[in-house]
Amino acid sequence: MNLLTVWNHERFRNILFQLLTIALAGWAGWTLFDNLQTNLSHRGISTGFDFLDSEAGFGIITHLVEYSESSSYKRAFLVGLLNTLLVSFFGIILATIIGIMVGIARLSSNWLVSHLALWYVELIRNIPLLLQIFFWYFVVLRNLPAPRQSMEWGEALFLNNRGLYVPSPIFEEQFSLVWWALAVALVIALIVLRWALRRQHSTGAAFPRWRVALGVVVLIPAATLALLDFPLNWEIPALRGFNFQGGVVMIPEFMALLLALSIYTASYIAEIVRGGIEAVNRGQSEAALSLGLTRGQTLRLVVMPQALRVIIPPLTNQYLNLLKNSSLAAAIAYPELVSVFAGTVLNQTGQAVEVIGITMAVYLSISLTISLLMNWYNHKIKLVER
Amino acid sequence: MHTTPIHINSMKWLHKNLFSSSLNTMLTMAALYLLWIVVPPAIEWSLLEATWVGESRSACEPNSGACWAFVDARIEQFLYGLYPATERWRVNLAFAILFLLFIGLFLAGTIKQLKRSWIVTLILIPYPVIALYLFSGGSFGLVEVETTQWGGLFLTIVIAGVGIVASFPLGILLALARRSEMRAVRSLAIAFIELIRGVPLISVLFMASVMLPLFLPEGVNFDKLLRALIGITLFQSAYMAEVVRGGLQAVPSGQVEAAESLGLGYWSSMRLIVLPQALKLVIPGVVNTFIALFKDTTLVMIIGMFDFLGIVQAATTNPKWLGTAVEGYVFCAAVYWIFCFSMSRYSISVERKLDTGY
Repeated sequence: MNLLTVWNHERFRNILFQLLTIALAGWAGWTLFDNLQTNLSHRGISTGFDFLDSEAGFGIITHLVEYSESSSYKRAFLVGLLNTLLVSFFGIILATIIGIMVGIARLSSNWLVSHLALWYVELIRNIPLLLQIFFWYFVVLRNLPAPRQSMEWGEALFLNNRGLYVPSPIFEEQFSLVWWALAVALVIALIVLRWALRRQHSTGAAFPRWRVALGVVVLIPAATLALLDFPLNWEIPALRGFNFQGGVVMIPEFMALLLALSIYTASYIAEIVRGGIEAVNRGQSEAALSLGLTRGQTLRLVVMPQALRVIIPPLTNQYLNLLKNSSLAAAIAYPELVSVFAGTVLNQTGQAVEVIGITMAVYLSISLTISLLMNWYNHKIKLVER
Repeated sequence: MHTTPIHINSMKWLHKNLFSSSLNTMLTMAALYLLWIVVPPAIEWSLLEATWVGESRSACEPNSGACWAFVDARIEQFLYGLYPATERWRVNLAFAILFLLFIGLFLAGTIKQLKRSWIVTLILIPYPVIALYLFSGGSFGLVEVETTQWGGLFLTIVIAGVGIVASFPLGILLALARRSEMRAVRSLAIAFIELIRGVPLISVLFMASVMLPLFLPEGVNFDKLLRALIGITLFQSAYMAEVVRGGLQAVPSGQVEAAESLGLGYWSSMRLIVLPQALKLVIPGVVNTFIALFKDTTLVMIIGMFDFLGIVQAATTNPKWLGTAVEGYVFCAAVYWIFCFSMSRYSISVERKLDTGY
């Protein structure tokens, strides 16, 4: 057996090539690590995560959890993360609503409506998101009237250049009973739904299950609320001095980011929704209509379940994009993860490797978790070939 | 021959498309109202009441409309950033050469003597060297212009162009690695691609600008622009890899099998059989990636560079021109829009051409 035969053996070459790749990657990784060690020791930066416990010493304009200048960097990280999740959560809801509306408008038989929707999509999709954030922040929200000349709705909602002021609920002690009532109502609704579905499967008799379930969920807590004589107060924002006090405030940075993110992402969602609905064979809805289903039933029972199979995977991708794009807040200083942690904390501590590592790990783990859930869901709704 | 008068046809069209039912009529009315409150004021502001020339914001005071004088006064800066005025011809020259090369590329189909592959080679190999020399100078009689002075639309195009050209070969390699049968290679590729796609671009840019210097041997220091370019290229190559992978998957496996049975090895079968077919399929995807990249270049302003958006944003805070933010952003948006929209049209037309129906 000579060397040439061995060299030409596929398995041998495979293993050799893989070993070479691993060696190369290992060598590159080691060199980088080694350089890092040298550089850090020369600059006198200590590695490790001890800095997370030291005092932050900077304020954050909006925080969901207790935070002050004397809190730790760890706390600042939590504040940033929660702000990221907050703006992403509301952004996803708003973007979905706008996106579905525009996507359905694109399919409208009304020429004007479908073209307006088309131009919305073409206009918004082709302008950088950062520019849109700037527009909302510097042009629209900054130019709102001062607190004394606020726009107001029903003496409860106030909009001015400091933000949107919304009444905040104050729960009295007895209010916990209402939460319990809501929990009980949800359980009852679930039982009704299951029973109705089983009955329909076995006997074919229909039951207005969604209406009944919704009624249960609304009526039981409402009745409890009335019985307890409404143990709920609202703190209405009021003008004191130069600014409003009380209630909840949505700061302009938050609103600008929320508006830009949801309007931008909605233009992509609209196209996904349109594509999904168009992907359902026309014969499906024709067959459903000829079976005597109403237009609403056709859409709800025949078209949507099939369209969702096409819509949901790219939709999840858009949600992830929205989450990642929320990091653009760094440009208008809304205190989310990147701006607080990879911005301020990094500048103060100089712990570049740890800070960027943690930031990336957070985004990565959210993305990977959602991807895994997506794979599981895709597997579950996969067409069962009969 | 019998023809229906046009007005009857258009009445039919109006009825069918706008007023076929009461709901439809209501929708039409609502849409018309929306247009009525948006379009006339927009035209009035941007054209009829606008001021086109002037030295400062006060020149626009008498008119209630847009202050385009701001854009007019700053246009050079918007295009070139802080690039020295006397040296701007170098940027123009480099773009003129590129433009001519692209014209050559389009004519290549019609004129026989022009080989498309030659022009592509010209664009990819000598051109970047010439352009780099023209842009930064420093020898053979050209004054050196540091990259910190590069800016405006020029910088945006440089970043987007380098990003797409450099990420393309990397993306192909990553896509091939991801489909490789060798486990070590495949896992490395998957890890890289998923890592990059799971994090926001801004964190990659922060990493490139803050962390990269720490990973280099002592004394080696990169230019800030180069660091940003490395970050953008790495980021883009992960997305490019997924686009190319889509194309590779669309090539039937019979092609590879046929190539192998002809005695071609892995690299030759990829280079001669699979990639030419796959890459043709992914042109629309690549253009779409380029559009995304073009929009994403705006993020470099967060790490302190003055790209097109960055320079417009900075100019709106100039005391001489306070209150011209709307004009600045609208102009900026219009330029980005024209670039991205025309590219997306191009991508759609290629897609139609490629869609041969089987």
